[in-house]
Amino acid sequence: MPASRVAIVGIHEYPSRHTHGAATALHIKSHSAARALEDAGLTWKDIDALYDDGDGILWPGLHMPEYFGLDELKVVDTTTVGGSSFEFQVAHALRALSTGAATVALLTYGAVAKSSASDIGTGARYSELGPPNPISNMEDCWGTTLVADYAQFARRYMYQHGTTSEQLAEIAVTARHHAVRNPDAVQAIEDLGLRHGPNEITDDQVLSSTMIADPLHHLDCCIISDGGGAVILATEEVARGCRTDPVWVLGAGEATGHRTNGADLTVTAATRSGPAAFGQAGVTPADIDVAMVYDSFTIAVMSALEDLGFCAKGEGGSLVEEGGLNFDTPGLALNTDGGGLSSNHPGQRGIFLLIEATRQLRGQSTAQVPDARLAIAHGTGGTLNRRYASGTVVLGRD
Amino acid sequence: MTYAADTTDEPRRVLPRFPELDTEPFWEATKERELRYQVCDACAGVVFYPRAHCIHCTSTELSWRTSAGKGTIYTFSVVRRSLHPSFLDLVPYVVSWVDVDEGFRLMTHIVDVDPDDPGSGLEIGARVTVEWIDRGEVNLPGFRIDR
Repeated sequence: MPASRVAIVGIHEYPSRHTHGAATALHIKSHSAARALEDAGLTWKDIDALYDDGDGILWPGLHMPEYFGLDELKVVDTTTVGGSSFEFQVAHALRALSTGAATVALLTYGAVAKSSASDIGTGARYSELGPPNPISNMEDCWGTTLVADYAQFARRYMYQHGTTSEQLAEIAVTARHHAVRNPDAVQAIEDLGLRHGPNEITDDQVLSSTMIADPLHHLDCCIISDGGGAVILATEEVARGCRTDPVWVLGAGEATGHRTNGADLTVTAATRSGPAAFGQAGVTPADIDVAMVYDSFTIAVMSALEDLGFCAKGEGGSLVEEGGLNFDTPGLALNTDGGGLSSNHPGQRGIFLLIEATRQLRGQSTAQVPDARLAIAHGTGGTLNRRYASGTVVLGRD
Repeated sequence: MTYAADTTDEPRRVLPRFPELDTEPFWEATKERELRYQVCDACAGVVFYPRAHCIHCTSTELSWRTSAGKGTIYTFSVVRRSLHPSFLDLVPYVVSWVDVDEGFRLMTHIVDVDPDDPGSGLEIGARVTVEWIDRGEVNLPGFRIDR
């Protein structure tokens, strides 16, 4: 069977960031799936490939087909790599759909981190709740919070590559510049009571915000929200009959990384996932109009931009300075929905990268880049200071 | 499944749990204030954290060695906000990866340091020496900056 092209044909982002306990992760997943199917003009019956990382219920490969009511699945994939799970799942769906193993794939995400008062960033709980294992036994006793993990990565990064706190702050400023144009993000900022309200912020405000774990300030860190969404992918034959214009998956790459004795922590797995995705798509970073890059913390964006090849190591400052990555300045635009820093972060943000990249290529973003033709979604799951996964997806339109 | 008993009077700290076959010899040695790591019998590669196989070759025969307890700060951060009940009382505390001279990288605390004192010597590249933190049944290998 000849290889088929594969497209994103349906998307939905769950609008509320604070459900006050009125919705579960499963509700958010099923609601989003239904809306994304309507977006595409498809029904539950059309889905024959399901991707789920277990955010709604354990053993998702067993439980989610039943919960959704899917009776004709040919592919079930439960890849779980934290926030980059969805980029990995797109890479797998690209293979499954292009080779004829299935025709329509559903990816969903739901989480209620805000309503459940989950201390994602500063709770220091990693593997403590599961059975003991060598990692938990060597690490849990030190109380390294998630913020302190990325802070240690940032400290080493700044030491080796000359990156400054001012440059990192620019990434948060750009995210807020985009968030204030996104009604859902503005509502989130109000509902969650975020600092400085639904207004632009400055470098100085980032740098003068509370130090959480040196050198990362409060405004270097993503917010904690509820939320979720869904993405529907389809073969070209199905996509041509959908209500939406297809957004083609041109390439995808996946890689994992972990701290290794004696190794350079600052060179991330994006140096492998990026070239794999760009190579498959036959494009280079210079061709990209919109970069949706996982922004758990400002340093995660800076390291990814450099390791993906948008600039050389240590030169990301020149990209971000003076609004260089704003949607309304020439060249590359970054995180045009407001990102995890200023729109939503329920814990695993990777699906929103795919959703906003798709909006940009449909011309539907609230910070629309004129004539955007190529976009990437780059997810980072886990923590760059310990063990993590990097997934890169290149998207394009006709 | 039980935590190692913490017989000190200080607020409860998270401690390693046993049985856990890979790390139990490491923690057992801390009772004698020995910092242990593994070396592969076949290729002499260093393995850390403790495991039951060599990550450099296909050997599954490893031997324990004792480190001299000297190393260098690879990176660090000052935790100023922690909501974990076991660490609330410790802030601000300094978490770090230390490159121990025998060739392994260890998550630890830099102890007995004022992170806000410019003259503390707390910086990447600083030389450090193991400083055992008594937690009752086990001792935690913290590190102190060499002066």
